[in-house]
Amino acid sequence: MKLLWFHLMPYTELPDDFREKNNSVWVDIPSRLFDPRRAHRMYNDFMDELEYAAETGFDGVCVNEHHSNGYGLMPSPNLVAATLARRTRHAAICVMGNSLALYNPPTRVAEEFAMLDCISGGRLIAGFPVGTPMDTCFAYGTNPSSLRDRYHEAHDLVIKAWTSPDPFAFNGRFNQQRYVNIWPRPVQQPHPPVWIPGGGSVETWRWCADMNYVYSYLSYYGYKAGAATMRGFWEEIKRLGKEPNPYRAGFLQFVGVAETREEAYRLYKEPAEYFYARCLHVDPRYATPPGYTSEATQRARVQSQVSLVAERSAASAAPTWDDILERGYVIIGSPDEVAEKIKEVATGLHVAHLMLLMQFGSMGKDLAQHNTRLFAERVLPQVTGLFDGEWEDQWWPKPMPEAARAPQPGLTP
Amino acid sequence: MTAPASTPRERTVEVNGLPCRVWEQGQGEPLGYLAGFGGLAQWPPFLAKLAETRRVIAPSVPGFPGALGHNLLDSHLDWLLAVHELLRQAGLEGADLIGVSVGGALAADVAACWPGFVRRLVLIGALGLSDPERPMFDVFTCNAKTLPGVLCANPAAYLAQVKPARGSADIEWQIEQARAFEAAARILWPLGDTRLSKRLSRISAPALILWGEADRVVAPFYAQRFASGIGGKTQVKIVAGAGHQADLDAPDAVAESVLGFVGSGAAAAKPRARIAGTAAAKGRAKRPARAEKPGRRAKPRRPMPRRPAKRKGGRRS
Repeated sequence: MKLLWFHLMPYTELPDDFREKNNSVWVDIPSRLFDPRRAHRMYNDFMDELEYAAETGFDGVCVNEHHSNGYGLMPSPNLVAATLARRTRHAAICVMGNSLALYNPPTRVAEEFAMLDCISGGRLIAGFPVGTPMDTCFAYGTNPSSLRDRYHEAHDLVIKAWTSPDPFAFNGRFNQQRYVNIWPRPVQQPHPPVWIPGGGSVETWRWCADMNYVYSYLSYYGYKAGAATMRGFWEEIKRLGKEPNPYRAGFLQFVGVAETREEAYRLYKEPAEYFYARCLHVDPRYATPPGYTSEATQRARVQSQVSLVAERSAASAAPTWDDILERGYVIIGSPDEVAEKIKEVATGLHVAHLMLLMQFGSMGKDLAQHNTRLFAERVLPQVTGLFDGEWEDQWWPKPMPEAARAPQPGLTP
Repeated sequence: MTAPASTPRERTVEVNGLPCRVWEQGQGEPLGYLAGFGGLAQWPPFLAKLAETRRVIAPSVPGFPGALGHNLLDSHLDWLLAVHELLRQAGLEGADLIGVSVGGALAADVAACWPGFVRRLVLIGALGLSDPERPMFDVFTCNAKTLPGVLCANPAAYLAQVKPARGSADIEWQIEQARAFEAAARILWPLGDTRLSKRLSRISAPALILWGEADRVVAPFYAQRFASGIGGKTQVKIVAGAGHQADLDAPDAVAESVLGFVGSGAAAAKPRARIAGTAAAKGRAKRPARAEKPGRRAKPRRPMPRRPAKRKGGRRS
């Protein structure tokens, strides 16, 4: 299986009374809470952490896009991905991803992703999220009623821009370009693997299956709450007559490793509580703009109750550390315990791309590094062979051969 | 409530190849109605009151209850052409037209884009304009609990209006309401500004601008914006105690004002020179007259070729 190290880049110094004094961590979070000088340290720590994860042997590093968000400081994940393309050598660079409907023209995404694929020598995973309502409709003012149509048109345009050998004219509903001709072109042909972060919508599952893309369920509520969604996904894959290759799927999970479970309990309590109380303090008014959820999904939700957990209201009380653990939001334990749990999650959900959040909430660089090192040294070797020989990962980057690649960038003469 | 719930006559017209429901009730001169948020779930007391003396015609705009096709409309021009076509097919060309909230934004725009198409215009808490200092309240962040109190001073008035006509807990009804809000969002997102301000001065129809005193969506301040922007004669009336969808909050008072302006029964055929019973007209300096103002034209336009001859004299000059 493949293990990817995912960074949200949360602002780590939201005040203790953040939840009581502020409406939401997202959309209308007060700008006075942002200290750029502190953020200088945070960004550099976070980028160190990502580079460290790549160095210690994780298969990939992930970044993602958020706007007006106190727990996601990457309006442009491509900026961070560019530094990772230079400072890492082997890890896949998973941009999870660019919210296509927000780019005007969307060929900007085709260009920047092609740049990243060139700089990294073909290590890019191209993530195409629709984007949350908070990011797209409220922070960026995109009309929720046409967001999905814009997204799909932008997707078609980007794929065509990557694959057409000649310049072409594009006349869409929302985008018109007389000359589409992107320079640079991606190293990976016909284009980098495409992964789709999505919620629990049937249309997304079908679309991923039709397009042969990876479906990634990025929930903050762990493997227990995610089970129903992943079961729905695999049932749909079966209905569509597709091969149930576990590499078709990605799943996000918080993990905290220590020498013992007791130590892990002590070490990760504060950052986890910070994340679930402050970072997920999202005003639910921003979660359901009219038209964001398709009518088919509205019907499916009423009928099946799938993904109600994903809509858990932030207005309810923050979960305690024991709640967080009991509900499986965060997996903690000794390396052996975590390895067992990871195997259980991967096989249980039938997911071979596991995206791990190992820095979360207010966690500092030392603890993030400790967590990452223990996992890389003592968990990774126990789980990495899972699914080997059974299934092939057709959705992993195909970099240029080592010998053909530019030498490792160095600062020393 | 003044009038008991009654059943309107129903027919269907096609816009862009998709069905749109048209409800109507009463006899006499046609009086159009474009609903506000949520559209019409049932025939409301306000329209029943108007239908005592007028033939009230309420077409559903694409996406609103009984009408499909909102997701075919990408640009504001698409919307205006669809609404124009809907009104035309509903038999409202050259008729008096009432627009509430989002329906008000559309009614005003149709009056601006097709001078003469709307005979007398009534706007109730109309959207379409946006002042940077006082933007529209973000209706789209409301949930089922908060929405009625935002749209109406008396939340029960809104709830009575959107109550599903057939049995409760009907999934299709929930979807229909969600679709109506999506259609409104498609027109108004994110600020309720349809750039109507660029066209407002083109409105040459006489306009009555009604505003709920307690409008939480767009403050009564906007009534004056409409009044000073519209090219034709305008008058403003603030409806005491009413909220954004003032026709739901105060059906009797609003119906009385509307009928006082557009006339009832036979009186409606020929607009009266003066409107009784309404507050003083705007006190404002009119902007320089524009060429398309009817009073300035040597020959009024005749934009209603299909109307009976008697309509031609309907416009005040």
